[in-house]
Parts: sequence; structure tokens; C-alpha cells
Amino acid sequence: MTDVVIIGGGVIGAACAYYCTAAGLSVTVIERGAIGGGTTAACEGNILLSDKQPSAELDLSLLSARLWAVLADKLGPDTLEYQTKGGVVVATTDDVSSALADLTVQQRAAGIDAVDLDRDELLALEPHLNPGVVGGAFYAQDSQVQPMLATARLLQSVRAAGATVLSGTAVVGFDRGGDGRLLGVRTDSSSRQLVRAPWIVNAAGTWAAQIADLAGAPLPILPRRGFVLVTEPMPRVVRHKVYTAEYVANVAASSAALETSTVVEGTTAGTVLIGASRERVGFDRTFSLPVIRRLAAGAVALFPFLADVSLLRSYLGFRPYCPDHLPVIGADPRAPGLIQATGHEGAGIGLAPGTGALIAQLITGAATDLDLAPFRPDRFQEVRAS
Amino acid sequence: MKAPEIEFTFDGTTVTAEHGQSVAAALIADGQRTWRHTRIGGAPRGVFCGIGICFDCLITINGRPNQRACLIEVRQGDVIATQEGTGHAELSC
Amino acid sequence: MPNYPADQDRYDIAVVGAGPAGLAAAASAARAGARVALIDAGARPGGQYWRNRPGDTGKLHHGWRIFTALRDELHRRADRIAHLTQHSVWHVGPGDDESMRWQVHAATPDGQRRVGASALIIATGAYDRQIPFPGWTLPGVYAAGAVQALLKGNGVLAGRRFVVGGTGPFLLAVAAGLADAGADVAGVFEAGSPAGFARAPLAVARNAAKMSEGVHYTATMLRRRIPYHTRAAITAAHGESQVSGVTVAKLDRNWNIIAGSENRIDCDTVAVGYGFTPQLELALQLDCDTHLDVDGSLVATADAGQRSSVDNVYLAGEVCGVAGAAASVTEGHIAGLHAAAAVGAHSVDASALRRLTRQRSALRSFATAMHTTFPVASGWTTWLDDDTTVCRCEEITVGDVDDAITELGAIDARAVKLYARPGMGMCQGRVCGYATGCLVAARADRPTSADDLRGVARRPIAQPVPLGDLASEDSRF
Repeated sequence: MTDVVIIGGGVIGAACAYYCTAAGLSVTVIERGAIGGGTTAACEGNILLSDKQPSAELDLSLLSARLWAVLADKLGPDTLEYQTKGGVVVATTDDVSSALADLTVQQRAAGIDAVDLDRDELLALEPHLNPGVVGGAFYAQDSQVQPMLATARLLQSVRAAGATVLSGTAVVGFDRGGDGRLLGVRTDSSSRQLVRAPWIVNAAGTWAAQIADLAGAPLPILPRRGFVLVTEPMPRVVRHKVYTAEYVANVAASSAALETSTVVEGTTAGTVLIGASRERVGFDRTFSLPVIRRLAAGAVALFPFLADVSLLRSYLGFRPYCPDHLPVIGADPRAPGLIQATGHEGAGIGLAPGTGALIAQLITGAATDLDLAPFRPDRFQEVRAS
Repeated sequence: MKAPEIEFTFDGTTVTAEHGQSVAAALIADGQRTWRHTRIGGAPRGVFCGIGICFDCLITINGRPNQRACLIEVRQGDVIATQEGTGHAELSC
Repeated sequence: MPNYPADQDRYDIAVVGAGPAGLAAAASAARAGARVALIDAGARPGGQYWRNRPGDTGKLHHGWRIFTALRDELHRRADRIAHLTQHSVWHVGPGDDESMRWQVHAATPDGQRRVGASALIIATGAYDRQIPFPGWTLPGVYAAGAVQALLKGNGVLAGRRFVVGGTGPFLLAVAAGLADAGADVAGVFEAGSPAGFARAPLAVARNAAKMSEGVHYTATMLRRRIPYHTRAAITAAHGESQVSGVTVAKLDRNWNIIAGSENRIDCDTVAVGYGFTPQLELALQLDCDTHLDVDGSLVATADAGQRSSVDNVYLAGEVCGVAGAAASVTEGHIAGLHAAAAVGAHSVDASALRRLTRQRSALRSFATAMHTTFPVASGWTTWLDDDTTVCRCEEITVGDVDDAITELGAIDARAVKLYARPGMGMCQGRVCGYATGCLVAARADRPTSADDLRGVARRPIAQPVPLGDLASEDSRF
């Protein structure tokens, strides 16, 4: 008998497992594939405050970024490849530059360390930037982590503390009591067909809607596809996470059509990662040369030296997208015993520890660090009904 | 009949090769086996697979780094140099 | 960068690879009336098997007359076959419109080029399969194919005193070639035991030509007194900045080292290869079905007409199973005939097809006999130290791979790749993919599966491409 079953062994599930275990709960994580093998394996590992407007998401980001620093300290920053490198947002036109300056005012008021930069200051921070940039902003609190390593290390630590982690095991249904309360999950494992627990966390990411349906508590989570380009290994050529200011507008857009912005950053391994694209094409895993072309063009425009740097590979992932761009965190009244922890779209890595800490507080009955109302799972009834 | 000769420089020294030979073959014929050191361990590397799939034989030709020496035919006057690590050291900031 | 005019860029059939299979495919397709683009990364046709030098007379080659006949046909049919040399294909994707089903993207010395075709024949061949051992990254340790390429393609001996090791009949070809060129070959160390060949006499009997090649190599070995050791392997290479010697050892039938059997041999060059594995990335980009072949390599699946599982994509030669040059030529002809018929909507020459099909069957059964004679046994995983390099590009060790499994909970090769990064370097897992897949399976005490190998085999970009080329407005992607 376990206190908490966590469905999904990606970064969110791993963070939930970590904080639940730390709170003294016995935890079983059930992952249908490989640990961290879903969307977690397809991202860049960003922990960002820079792309947040004052909102519930910003509050969660602030909490979560603080917790990442604590985790890195505990587990060892090198083991997670945690870098507090800071973020640089770049404006390439005067209009965008002044819009960015307006945004940083609001961000500072909400607690984000945002510093406006003129062109010379930008180039001092990032010498390889296109000298045609107009201005930008520096966010000291932006950091990066290696997402697979982080997920694996979090789960390694919970295993060491006695938690159970099942990979290659899929949840196929829920067990319900007469009163409608969930009693446990049914899996496709021959040795553990039924895992009972008073609390079940749906951390299945882009596939959370399927789990939510099985529990009778549907969620409108859709995949939003993104590609990442990976270059040949380089020495340090990009010092921070650098992205164009259009990125902020992209995240908030809801169109299904392709949207791209330019995001460039280095990694500990030496490769340079280039993003970012967003499109709603279902779970289409087909390589798309037009998208790759657009991402390459954006990156070369921002950093001209990249023209002679080779692309080695690309990968894609499916962000769990919610229509109002806020994650789903909280007990679901439609299925007592079920806690939803999903829908983090492109911010899953950054928001993971915050989500995990809130989930653990919810389950143990402790006061939650944040008001969970904006993230409530049943907020979509109105959306679906309309 | 022996193929016409080609001269190129390797790290400043003149080397003779036959027309149609790869850079790798010309260097090996000249007694060179190492023309790169890996970026993490500084390990010496040269040819391994010989047919362009392993990317061990990377070398800088006429200023362009990361050329596969086993695939590229040597040309008269080529300036060929060993490369360290990523081959992009001049970009490091 | 020059733009290639649009009318040069559309063909009935695009053949990728100008080795034995590709040459035959182009020839047969052109004979049947199709317009063919023969797209190859090399400057001269021949692939690896017929790799040659300018002015080469074929003294070091087998089947040279077959090659020269195909090469001559290439020239004679220049009006039908566009031989695109130094075109390095990095991606094949869907075409722009109905009339151009496939778009082949290639890098050339003069810039990027797109070639359209209604049908595609993938004839991308294979390369040496490797398993790691301590010291294998020392300069002077070469793939067996590298030694051949240096010799046949460049007239260069890779060293002076050689030890040859691995498994498969290719080792004999390499050793014989070296010895004939004046090298000192200290010995050939075959990890398997070819005595099993005697169990497949029918396959042997149907393949007299193949056997004569083998007999030639054996005669050379005997004449030059090159020791041939079976159930023995190079288990370590030694040296500081380059190899100066190896340790060889006797193996049991599972390839575990027999204690006390180790010996040191001085040498300055090592040629090593454990069979071959196909260049699969284009087939995988197109989502062709793959399977684990008799030799343990992941290969693309072809039917009797050399069709892949994807419409209008054909496969010929080593890419659908390592079977040697004669089989590649035969399959190339079959693929060319079928592809030409499909795009020209006429029927195939039935009697030619029957003859080719019989040939293929004989050659494939010989190959199968060879493969079952020279399997790779998992005991090699016990030769390794924790600090033995597995991934040469990223310098990932056996210890790193084991940590990913035991500490981080990786359950398969893909997860190991995500955590420990083998296969993430410049070669994108071509060299370490097989070994990583087998190592992960061996640690889990199970046989290597096709999925293990698929996890490290998919490459959407088959060659590195400069970002500027992808971003260029000139290129008509």
C-alpha cells in the first residue's frame, strides 16, 4: 500500500515524487516508457522568469526557480548541469524595444530582476550578436538544467528513500469505490496489476488528457509541437540563454498555425540548441524541413557566426498545452482522490519543483505556498460547455 | 604510371601527395597519424573508419575546420592544419 | 552559390549510392527507359567495394570487369543517367507536388542542391561494425575498411606491421591485400569459428564464384605464412600516442576470454572489424520498416521486388542485409527494373527478373550461411574496463553507460543515450550504436533487439549541414 501513486515519470512526476517523499509520504511512480523519455527529453531545460508577465504563472515561476536552486545545491549542480547563466532578451526593432521596456517595468514591480540594456550593453554581454540589434534586457534569475539528468537524479533520490519507480508500465484504468472516490490504478504490468493509494497524481504531461478521461475528469490538454536544432559541439560562444522578444508574444498566442521565434543557448556538452517553434498538428512526429529552415534562419540572423556552424540533428517534442496557457494543479473535485499536475506547456522544467512542492502540501494538508485557484482542474467546464 | 604529384602544407611543412589521394591518405603516407585532439580528454585522433562515417579524422583545410580528411581529395596548395577540440577555438568567448 | 536550373532537377528515379547496387540499379532502370539521377558522395563511382584511384587497372579488386562494364554503361547512357558526384545526401523528404514524390537534399562543393524523383532507390551500402576494447581509440587502430580504403582507393599502406582482428571473411581479404602490398601481417584473429560453414554445404555449392574469392585469400595467407587464429581476438591495444602492441586472447564460444590465454604482440597498426552494418538513415527518415538480420545488424526490410514498406521507395544491396557485392549488383538490377516499370507503367522483363531472382536467392543463402557462421557473441562485453571508451565522439565510457543503467534507471539504449549521451556526437551513433545497444541488452541479461538498435539509429539529418545553408534564401527547400 502506497500513499501516493504518481502517473508519469517525467520532470513533473519526478518533482512530485521528490517533495512527497520529503514530506514523509510513501510514493509509487508509474511511467509507461522510460524515465524522462516524454516531453522532458525534448526540451532545452529552461528555468525562466524572463518570459513571464505578472500572473499566477509568474508567481509559480518565482517559487519554482527558488526551489531549483535549493535542489541543485542538495543534489549537486554538476549532476544536474545546473547553470545560473541568466537570460538575454533581444529586440531587433525600435517598436519591440520599447514594448520590452514597458514589460520590464511591470516585471520588476512583480519581483523579477530585469535590467534594460542598450545596444552596446547587449553586445558586451553577447559579443557574437548581430550588431544590428537595437536593445534588450538581462534577467539574472534565468537558469538552465539538463532535464533528463535532473529527472533521473530526482527519481534516484526518491528510490534511495524507499519510493518505488516503475518504468515500462502503463496505467490502463482506475479503481473506484462505491462513493466514486478513486481507490487506485490498474496497470498493464503482470506483477502489479492494481496499485492502491488514497492519492493519485496525474503527471502524464502531453498524455494527461487520456489519463484524465479514464478517471472521468477530462482536461482539454493538446499537444503543441516544437522542434529544437542541435549544432556540432562548440566552445562557449553564447554565454546566456538568448532569445528575441517576439518569444513572449508567441507563448501567449493560441493559433494552431506555425509560430516561430528565435531562441539560442549553449549547453555544458558544447552543442548549441536553437528553438523555438509552436504548432498544433496533433502528435505528428514527421520531420519538417520548412520549420527547421525557419529556425536556422532566425538563429543565423541573430548570431551571424552560426552560418558556418553545422546542424547535427534535430528533435521534437509535444508541449502539453492548455487553452488559457496556465498549468493544471490541484485536487480534481470530479474524481475524488485525483490530483492533476499537468498542462505546463513550454515551462515544465522551470515549474516542476514548484508544482511538486504544492502537490505535497496539498496531500499532507499543509498550507500551500500559492493560491491554487488559478490552476484548478475544473476551470475548463465553462470552456468546454461553450 | 604514377599519378602526378601535388604539394600542400601540413602545419606549415610541405608534403607531397599523388593526385586523387585523400588528405588522410596523403598524411598517413607522410607518416602522420594524429591531426586532432578531442575536446574533452585531449586524446589524439586521426583516421578510424576511413570512409567518412566516424568523424574522427576531422582536420582544418584552408581555414575550414571539421573536414573529414578521409573523404576530401587533396588539392595543390592546400593549407592543412591540425585542429584542437571543436575546431572553432577562435570563436570562444 | 549557383542555382541549379529547375529542369535539371527532376527525374523518374533517384538512386542514392553509386556502389555495386546503385550502379546496377541505374543501369537497369535506364535500359528500361527511365531517366535516372545517380547521386553519390564520392568523386568516382564504385562505392566502397570498388573504391578505386584515377587510372586504376583493378589489380587489387574483385569483379573488376563487372565494375568497368557498369561504369562504361554509365558513360554510354549519359543521356538517361545523370551521375551526380560529390553530392552528399543529408535528407530525403516528400516532394513539392504530385509530379515529384521525393525530394533528395544534397550538399555539393558548389552549394546545396535538391533533386526530385518519382521513385527512390536507396543503395547506401554498409560500413564496418565495431565493438569497443581497451585502447581502441589509439591512433593506428583502424577499421578494417579503413585499411582497405587507404590501399585500394589511395595506394597507401596504413602502417608496417599489422595485426588484423574481428570476425568475418572480410578479415581475410584485408590481410591478403596487405600482405600482397608488402605489409608485415603478424596474424589474423578471428573471434568465431568458421568450422560451422561446413554445416551449410548447399549454400556453399551454389556460390562457386564467392568461394573462389575465399580460396584466393586463403592461398595468399598460406603462401605468405600469415597465422590465422580462430576463437581468438584482440582484447586490448597498447601505446602512448599511437598503438605499439596488442593483447590477443583465446575465447570460448560465448566470446569470454579464456583465463591465462593472453599474449602480447608488437605491432604498429591494427585493422579491426566485426562484420558490417548498413547505412540506414535515409530509409529510417522515410519510415521504412527495419528488422534485425541474421548477423545482428539492423537492416531495412525489402520484399521480392526490392520494395521497402513505403510506396515508391526501393532498397538494394547492403542496406537491406549485408550479403556482398554480387548480391548487391543483383538486387540493384531487380530494383531498377521494378522502379522503372512502376514509374513508366510498363511491365518488367519477366525472364530477366527470373534469372536475377534465382541469383539473388543463391547469393542471399550464402550470406545467411556466412552470418550464422560468424555471429557476434555477447562475451565481448566482459573484455571492457570501466574506462574503456564506448562513444568515441563524446568520449563516453563503459562506466558512464553502466551508471546510466544502474544509477539513473535507464531501461533501454534510447534512455542510455539521453542520460549518458553516447551517440550524440558528430557521428550520431554510427560507430557506437551497435555496441551501445548490445551492451545495454547484455547488462539486462537479454538478447539485443531491433528496438535497442533503432533507439540509436534514427538520424533526420544524415550529414552535418551548415546552418547558413539551411537558412539561405537561395536554396529552394
